[in-house]
Amino acid sequence: MTTLAIVGAAESDMGEVGPGLTPADLMRQATLRALDDAGLALSDVDGLFAATSQLPQSHLSLGEALGILPQVRWLDGTHLGGASALVHLEHAQAAIAAGLCEVAVIAYASTQRSAGRSTARSGVEIPSWEAPYTPMLPIALYAMAAARHMAQYGTTAEDLARVAVSGRRWAMDNPKAWSRDPLTVEDVLAAPRLCDPFGVRDCCLVTDAGGALVVTSAERARTLRREPVHLLGAASMASHRSVSGLQGHITVTGATQTGPAALQEAGLRHGDVDAVQLYDAFTITPLLYLEDIGFCAKGEAGAFVASGATLPGGSLPMNTNGGGLSYQHPGMYGMQLLNEAVRRLRETDDHVVLGHGMNGPLASHATVVLGDASTR
Amino acid sequence: MSDAEAPAPPAGLAPAERLAWHAARGEVAYTVDAGGVPVWPPQVGLDWRLSAGRGRIYTMTVMRPRGGEPRNLALIDLDEGLRIMSRVEGGPAAIGDAVSARFDDGVLVFVPA
Repeated sequence: MTTLAIVGAAESDMGEVGPGLTPADLMRQATLRALDDAGLALSDVDGLFAATSQLPQSHLSLGEALGILPQVRWLDGTHLGGASALVHLEHAQAAIAAGLCEVAVIAYASTQRSAGRSTARSGVEIPSWEAPYTPMLPIALYAMAAARHMAQYGTTAEDLARVAVSGRRWAMDNPKAWSRDPLTVEDVLAAPRLCDPFGVRDCCLVTDAGGALVVTSAERARTLRREPVHLLGAASMASHRSVSGLQGHITVTGATQTGPAALQEAGLRHGDVDAVQLYDAFTITPLLYLEDIGFCAKGEAGAFVASGATLPGGSLPMNTNGGGLSYQHPGMYGMQLLNEAVRRLRETDDHVVLGHGMNGPLASHATVVLGDASTR
Repeated sequence: MSDAEAPAPPAGLAPAERLAWHAARGEVAYTVDAGGVPVWPPQVGLDWRLSAGRGRIYTMTVMRPRGGEPRNLALIDLDEGLRIMSRVEGGPAAIGDAVSARFDDGVLVFVPA
């Protein structure tokens, strides 16, 4: 069924856009840019997909901002946090294949930095059986995953720090990255501690950003001006909602399902993947996904990153825009990682890029495998 | 009281209220499915059981809020087969250590066993 093509991609203004702009403004901005990129007009759009942390009915906010709701045949607000944009690709593929819409826009934006944390809360509900312990979420959940990974597999704070250093190395070459100063393992370890074993440099940025993708059938894509990026494989899963709902392994994520499933659908193996964009809200998460998707054995991602594999010139370039740790992190990072995957396929020698998004307390996961024209 | 039927609480309590009712008696309670398998977080329409309050530290962190005191946060694997959020008090402890339940000012915490 994989007939979906990404024919337009763009990001909104990013960094700190100022307190006046809303997430809907940024989604409109990114959508108009993505449509321009595709050579399409608003009048062509009959499908809308959006889920943000700030707008409870993001798909409607997007439609209103674009002024096209009456012409929209398919609206999807499926919210799986930072996995949403990837899940929307999967859903758009199904909707377009079923003839429910033909040209869809998937958009996301956050003004988390400009609005301030208190007004841009990501809707974390704390049940009464967790409230007495005042968990700092989401950081504490990921810190506990890191602590368990360290106890179980011997992963070290240096291993975690190298993830931040790898991302920064990419960001240093990216003018759009928020953090571009050189960063060493020692810098990461010396940064103020937030939640053991994490310090400030183990945690993603808080910035404003957004983006949009224009997708359609591979057939329609052939009539458009840009070489399409193809969705070769996609898989998603959810296992719980709250921290208390996490009753399985905290160090073995749903990526063990979605990674291999997406690669299988694409008919590809790990060695066929030229680069990966793995959601790095905290330094532990890319390590979990390198292992769980299967790029290295369980417990060995620290050594994998230490080998330099994820750096420029390495065997598996990872988070090549700088990632959520150094590029931008607007509340949820899925749209940004998809834009980077598309950019790699358009502008570099990469033919296949794998992206992985996640939600909340390691609760849901989505993997997509994207390919350039040579893969179809 | 492990795995025994819990004493009857007032009828019609929501899961959160039922849990608090047990906690006020120094009891660690949870729901089970029809096969007796623990269901956590607790859900309406299920039977309740009491835990013996023994388990192991599955994982743990120290949270260091800006301008506040560091606070411990842990996930405890209870022997009955469910994992709950809590904190560990009463001295040094590490992942994998055996712990037992206490109520500290009405709040369920765990101390090294």
